[in-house]
Amino acid sequence: MKEGLGMVDSIFIGLSVLTIGSALFALESREIIYGAISLAISMLGIAGFFILLDSPFVAMFQIAVYVGAVAVLVIFIVMLVRTQALFSSKEDRGRQIAGLIFSILMMIGIGIVLLSSEFSKVESNPLVDKMVNKIGNEMLTYYSPAFILLALTLAGSIIGALSLARREDQNSDTDNDFAAEESLKFSNSAEGYGNSRMTEDPHVAQDDFLGQKSQKKRSFTKLGRFKIK
Amino acid sequence: MTELINFLTISTILVGIGVYGLIVKRNAIRMIFAIEIIANAANLNLIAFSRYLGDVQGQVLTLFAIAIAAAEVAVGLAIVIIAYRLYKEIDVAEYRSLRG
Repeated sequence: MKEGLGMVDSIFIGLSVLTIGSALFALESREIIYGAISLAISMLGIAGFFILLDSPFVAMFQIAVYVGAVAVLVIFIVMLVRTQALFSSKEDRGRQIAGLIFSILMMIGIGIVLLSSEFSKVESNPLVDKMVNKIGNEMLTYYSPAFILLALTLAGSIIGALSLARREDQNSDTDNDFAAEESLKFSNSAEGYGNSRMTEDPHVAQDDFLGQKSQKKRSFTKLGRFKIK
Repeated sequence: MTELINFLTISTILVGIGVYGLIVKRNAIRMIFAIEIIANAANLNLIAFSRYLGDVQGQVLTLFAIAIAAAEVAVGLAIVIIAYRLYKEIDVAEYRSLRG
């Protein structure tokens, strides 16, 4: 095992190149949507490291959450805000060099601390047997308050994200007919479509997906009324 | 090759990349990417130590950390959407009213 490059070693090197390369590409790609996909690939590489470290359960969780949920969410948001704003790269040269120097200095500093520590001589302990059982036991006994808090946090964050991202000027689908009639009355007037900042540039407002959606909805309600007549 | 120190090195490099992104990038979505990279480097550290100590506590902690990171991304992207709606811009230097 010591001579030459073993199977596990080559997998490790491949995963490192994949993870670090796609993390760099996620930050440096010209189009942000390729960056989002590249971030998902980087998370996949991290999941590969988890499998290499004999924790397949966490690896599956990582794939389900990051590649399944977060990547799709990010790609969806990128498509929602897709305008020329995404292509303007206004970062100045000095800032870039300063960031590069700072991050390299930080890497070297932490690296010196790590290499001079005893971590390079750590021997691997034997693998825990029935690992998933133990994880479940820990999670539901000792960590059960944290587990409940986590569930509440997730629910709260989802409700918070929904209430942050909804538009006040738009009726939800559960509104009754009276509210729809009310909105119909006001739909032709100037207000009722976003705040004043939204309307100051109608060209941009039409380009973006949110604006299109609200306009489509309004024309649909008009059509519905026409049919009723 | 698969010693503890190698995983810690990879984790250090990822943290460096994430800090670089947070300093240089002014695009709000790219800053969220950088935060995700840093969070994943921390998770990799936790799992590596958990494996080499022969304990499952690190894995439990990583499961919690992944779930919290997902919640954080949801809220962060919702904030980006509102800011985009207000400013028509996802450049954080343009978010002037958030300045103190």
